[in-house]
Amino acid sequence: MSDIAANVLKGDPRSIARLITLAENNDPVATEAMKTIHEHTGDAHVIGITGVMGSGKSTLIYELTREYRKKGLKVGIIAIDPTSPFSGGALLGDRIRMMELATDEGVFIRSMGTRGMLGGLTSAVYDVVEILDASGKDVVIIETVGVGQAEVDVVKIADTTLVILVPGLGDSIQTIKAGIMEIADIYVVNKADRSGVEQAVAEIESLVDIACSGKDRKTPVLTTVAKENKGIIKLVDEIDNHKNYLKKTKMFDVQRRKRYEAELVEIIRKRLMNFIFDESTFKGKVELLIDQISKKEVDPYTAAEEILGKILK
Amino acid sequence: MFDKKELEKIKQKKDEWVKNTYSEHIKKHPERKKKFENLSWNEIKGLYTPDDISQFDYIKDIGFPGEYPYLRGIHPTKYRGRLWTFRQFSGFGSAEETNKRYKYLLDHGETGLSVAFDYPTLYGYDTDHVMSRGEFGKCGVAISSLKDMEILFNGIPIDKVTTSMTINGPATIVWAFYIANAENRNIDRRIIGGTIQNDILKEYIAQKSFIFPPEPSMRLIVDTFEFGYKEVPRWNTISISGYHIREAGSTAVQELAFTVGDGLEYVKWALKRGLNIDDFAPRLSYFFNAHNDFFEEIAKYRAARRIWAKEMKKLGAKKPRSLLMRFHTQTAGCSLSSQQPEINISRVTLQALAAVIGGTQSLHTNSMDEALALPSEKAARIALRTQQIIAQESGVTDTVDPLGGSYYIEWLTDKMEEETYQYWDKVDKLGGVLSAIEKGFYQREIANASYKYQKEIEEKKRIVVGVNKYQMDEPIEIPILKMDEKGEERQINRLKKIRKDRNNAKFERNLIALRKAAESDENLMPFILDCVHSYATLGETCQVLRDVFGEYVEPAVY
Amino acid sequence: MERKIRVLVAKPGLDGHDRGAKIVARALRDAGMEVIYTGLHQTAEMIVDTAIQEDVDVVGLSLLSGAHMTLFIDVTKLLKEKGMEDVLVVGGGIIPEDDAPKLKKAGIAGVFGPGTHCDDIVEFIKKNVKR
Repeated sequence: MSDIAANVLKGDPRSIARLITLAENNDPVATEAMKTIHEHTGDAHVIGITGVMGSGKSTLIYELTREYRKKGLKVGIIAIDPTSPFSGGALLGDRIRMMELATDEGVFIRSMGTRGMLGGLTSAVYDVVEILDASGKDVVIIETVGVGQAEVDVVKIADTTLVILVPGLGDSIQTIKAGIMEIADIYVVNKADRSGVEQAVAEIESLVDIACSGKDRKTPVLTTVAKENKGIIKLVDEIDNHKNYLKKTKMFDVQRRKRYEAELVEIIRKRLMNFIFDESTFKGKVELLIDQISKKEVDPYTAAEEILGKILK
Repeated sequence: MFDKKELEKIKQKKDEWVKNTYSEHIKKHPERKKKFENLSWNEIKGLYTPDDISQFDYIKDIGFPGEYPYLRGIHPTKYRGRLWTFRQFSGFGSAEETNKRYKYLLDHGETGLSVAFDYPTLYGYDTDHVMSRGEFGKCGVAISSLKDMEILFNGIPIDKVTTSMTINGPATIVWAFYIANAENRNIDRRIIGGTIQNDILKEYIAQKSFIFPPEPSMRLIVDTFEFGYKEVPRWNTISISGYHIREAGSTAVQELAFTVGDGLEYVKWALKRGLNIDDFAPRLSYFFNAHNDFFEEIAKYRAARRIWAKEMKKLGAKKPRSLLMRFHTQTAGCSLSSQQPEINISRVTLQALAAVIGGTQSLHTNSMDEALALPSEKAARIALRTQQIIAQESGVTDTVDPLGGSYYIEWLTDKMEEETYQYWDKVDKLGGVLSAIEKGFYQREIANASYKYQKEIEEKKRIVVGVNKYQMDEPIEIPILKMDEKGEERQINRLKKIRKDRNNAKFERNLIALRKAAESDENLMPFILDCVHSYATLGETCQVLRDVFGEYVEPAVY
Repeated sequence: MERKIRVLVAKPGLDGHDRGAKIVARALRDAGMEVIYTGLHQTAEMIVDTAIQEDVDVVGLSLLSGAHMTLFIDVTKLLKEKGMEDVLVVGGGIIPEDDAPKLKKAGIAGVFGPGTHCDDIVEFIKKNVKR
């Protein structure tokens, strides 16, 4: 086992941090380390948290984490913000509301840019979850912003997914209808000290009633005021309840299996794309084919078949 | 303002001018730029004529100084009667050092005091608090107790000189120090005059020296309004500030819109408490920036006066004094260059001139070395002299609102007013001022404007002399202020002695009473005064409020 | 392999002037870097622990209150203590001429005052980043 992998298993922050960087950069050192730590993973409860901007996610995560820390649990947090499609850079500011946790040895926070394609999650998130899990974190929280592919992707990784809404934000309900209805295991209406909270809860519950009719578990709708630490204990209980429910119904393993499937597909996809587009010998051929497509000498499908044919040979 | 026939004639003449004179001229002598924009990115035309202000009604929209809508000034005679107050923002190191500087400035013709506090004081920490590390006296004077306040004003006639104090989060406590000091010197609190900045909204928006969350902060401010008009009637209980919004990178229009919007928000909170608008409104004051764009700044001050008068009338103010926007101005610190620092004197002169023509009630002129350090004695004196030259030599004080009636100025004044109302519509849609802060609206608007401005400087679309044009590679020969290295130690010893020598039983009782009052909705000023009279320190008193109110963490906006 | 420069932009101490820090953060993002912003009022411990967890290549400190001689140096000392010498540290703010060489000696590789072009900071980082 490499030093870095061994130190990650011991929970050393610098090694955890460095391995994440290597994994993000697709460094071969990371690949070797990832191979050895996998057998030490699986114990962490992975919680996905998503919701629109301004819903108070970061504050909620801060309070949740403090609650877990009171119970003596170690927490890893992955805060994901979009990478600029223009520059490839990113401004990662989710830590601002969690800085009080920075010096707590039982907490590890990492900010990530999406980097990846099509607005989805960067494939490195799978690695980061495994790294934090292997390093002994009992809870791993993944935070994403907005309502896009990244949010749907979170579900593939998380055991329990929270969707955060706020009252009075007219588009909240629209958001749910627009497609993330299915992803929530728990709804949280944060900033519940604002007017319109009853209405928001009622609207979500009526949607939940329709979606969950005939199912053995009804998605709970909780209210919190994160900045005043209200409703957090109840939320932690509900998150535990969900995990127990998954275990009891054997859904836990089914979901985990889905996560590994997604991860496997992602690794293969990444490797394959690298092979096709990054290898010097192959890349020339690709460029040539693109020229030919432009000149109508060949169509895109035939070109693709030609490339795949070469790989499969 | 013009009769129709006359206006038609002017328009016709203008069209001819464009065709025959202007168009012909630019064929040979093209203009330097395709588009001229001011600092708010408003396009400025090459010429303004009566048809740009054809809709104006002189009596209704412009009027006369000292009369509604106060566009031309709040006094009928302006500087013909009394000059503005020369009030230099100043403070560094220990109370002893700053006391010396105040006496120096008063000796050189300053007519009002203005206290700059260091960061620990601004955050309600004593000098010996762990978060105060490295900050003692660095960008202001350290005031941790009534004792320090006594030293700060030792030998200064505070029954005659007015004092402005830039303090926000712990404004109640620091004001209580000032009142208590006066009382200990047998000066009636009813005759002392001055200002506390006490404007927490702009802290959330721009300056970021906040302590408590918005609701308790607003309560403390209304407490000062109420206590002020009843007990300390010559004190301005707030200085609603655009200065810091501008320094954080806003445009002039944003400064105007956000600041006056904040002012109205305070009035609404006071009305909600049940105060009578004509009781507290006469003690509300303002504080604006004076930046580089000369005419835009002048238009800004004029627009501010008119908007405030109109809005206060709408809110039910009856007394003329409630409608008056009285404001202090400081030249723009953010416009100063660290390169060739002496040229800052010229910048400051132009900015100060705009403030004077705009009708400021008091003025601070920055020192040339402020992009490098706190001002040295000589630099501070030159800054003061700059005001004296404008006042005594330039002649701009001889008539009221000398630019009133300028087609350009009146057009621009109106434009800025219009854009202010547009901003207010946006804020209303976001659910009001506090909600817009929480959603990061102001912060984002300012960050965008400041980034755009910086980019334009780097791309040389805007010129800053000495920074992106006419640079020189020369050593900077400005003496830098050196502070007394013993100050911090002295201060910490003083704190230790206070904590030992005071009547600690009385002190404890007063803190407990304050805590109880903070948990109720009583006015906290009398309780805070009791605390400071018994030599509770700033940190100790503030901690009681921190415990009850909690602390504010800003939303992540960049 | 793709290698992004990661930068921690931090505001130590009590100073609330964040205009410069935010402008620099944006400019670094626009230059393709990943920028983590701490927000205000950070202690040296918070900054260094964050730098470790985020595995940044660069720590950028911004302070206009004049406390840089204490607070900047607190950060470089602590970084050293924790074995993070390979992190490039830069600082900006109202910094008198005389202080700049002292800061450089204490491990603040680049010192930037008012009027600095963002491009210069980007260039400096790209040229001097240690890993």
